Amino acid sequence: MVQTEERPEKATGNALYACPVCDTLYKEPEVPENSIALCHRCGHVIAAPRSDAFARVLALAMTSAVLMTAAIFFPFIDLQAGGIHNRTSILDAIQVFSSGLMVPLAVVVALLIVLIPFLRLLAIIYTLLPLMRDRKPYAHAKAAFRLAERLRPWSMAEIFIVGVAVALVKVGGLATLNLGPAFWAMSGFVVVTVLQDTSMCRHTIWNSLEATDQ
Amino acid sequence: MTTARQAGLVACVTCGRVDRRGAEECARCGDTLPHQSRRSLQTVWAWLFAGIVIYIPANTYPMLRTSTLLDKSESTIIGGAIELLHYGSYGVAFIVFFASIVIPIGKFIAIGYLALSLRRARPDRVHQRHLLYEVVEFIGRWSMIDVFVVAILSALVQLGSVATINPGIAAVSFLLSVAFTMLAAQSFDPKLIWDADEEPQ
Ligand SMILES: [Zn+2]
Ligand SMILES: [Zn+2]
Repeated sequence: MVQTEERPEKATGNALYACPVCDTLYKEPEVPENSIALCHRCGHVIAAPRSDAFARVLALAMTSAVLMTAAIFFPFIDLQAGGIHNRTSILDAIQVFSSGLMVPLAVVVALLIVLIPFLRLLAIIYTLLPLMRDRKPYAHAKAAFRLAERLRPWSMAEIFIVGVAVALVKVGGLATLNLGPAFWAMSGFVVVTVLQDTSMCRHTIWNSLEATDQ
Repeated sequence: MTTARQAGLVACVTCGRVDRRGAEECARCGDTLPHQSRRSLQTVWAWLFAGIVIYIPANTYPMLRTSTLLDKSESTIIGGAIELLHYGSYGVAFIVFFASIVIPIGKFIAIGYLALSLRRARPDRVHQRHLLYEVVEFIGRWSMIDVFVVAILSALVQLGSVATINPGIAAVSFLLSVAFTMLAAQSFDPKLIWDADEEPQ
């Protein structure tokens, strides 16, 4: 990557890039596939393009969507206590809270573990589907990808999985618990999401969105 | 080494594209461009203050209300962790204690320190301070564990007279406290840390 002191002219405006962490100015980097460009000053990963990344991220995102659907509808935890048998899916769990003071809790939990992760997946699929086939992006693709990026810290399925483990220990004395298929589907979702986020080069996506836009 | 600010330019927070100061919209990603090259600390202080204030009721009010055939009990955040110690679940007690007490309080101190330390530029501390910022950003979300535990228990343990678990008001306060401190960390501009290390022109 070449550092620059002047403002190079380009038809689209200033083709300059500033590190989002330390503000160091660079000429728009041309990074070859399967190599990584790091900021000289702070070490932030500026670009890490991979070959076939769009197809790969899309495949992972679609797998995630299937796993998430399974996680919502299949039984999550199977509970037995005093002759009572209780099978709870995430959907049931959210409905339990639909009364009283705790409605806000139910809404936020539903957002953090179901709606936001799902919305993020849809936005990523929507952005990348045309890019993979070298087509013009769908309408508002930039807004969709911005949304996906902004929602990232608020997608908390992995934290929920740890919460389930703690809950199992806490309830140990009261009842017998068994994990249902939805738990494993959600664990799968967490793993696939990590793979997807690490193989996605944001810089390449923004560049492709900009290039195919005109 | 030149920064965008020294060149009189502003950079897009979302995609890194640089434009002249005063431009409204990023040419690459379409995001609104900031008017200044640094985000203000005011937003950080506001979210941090809100997070600290609401963390107090989160600790004094009950997080979980349990009623069984024999008794009724209420437990606070710290009480829940101590209860786990009594069961002998040391590992899980440690996770709950760490996620609900150590991380939130550590985060309040870390964000406050980072914001205050900007008044004293120490080029030799830039890397340390940046590392602290990254840790805070990464780890803050994990405080949400206890909220999920309460939600899961309340959804599961609805067994009529045998056992019922319901969330307490602290669950909502704690949830808000975590969200507010996440917003405080997100509105902190890491470029402010690196300004201490900027080469004079
Ligand atoms: Zn940098
Ligand atoms: Zn931008």
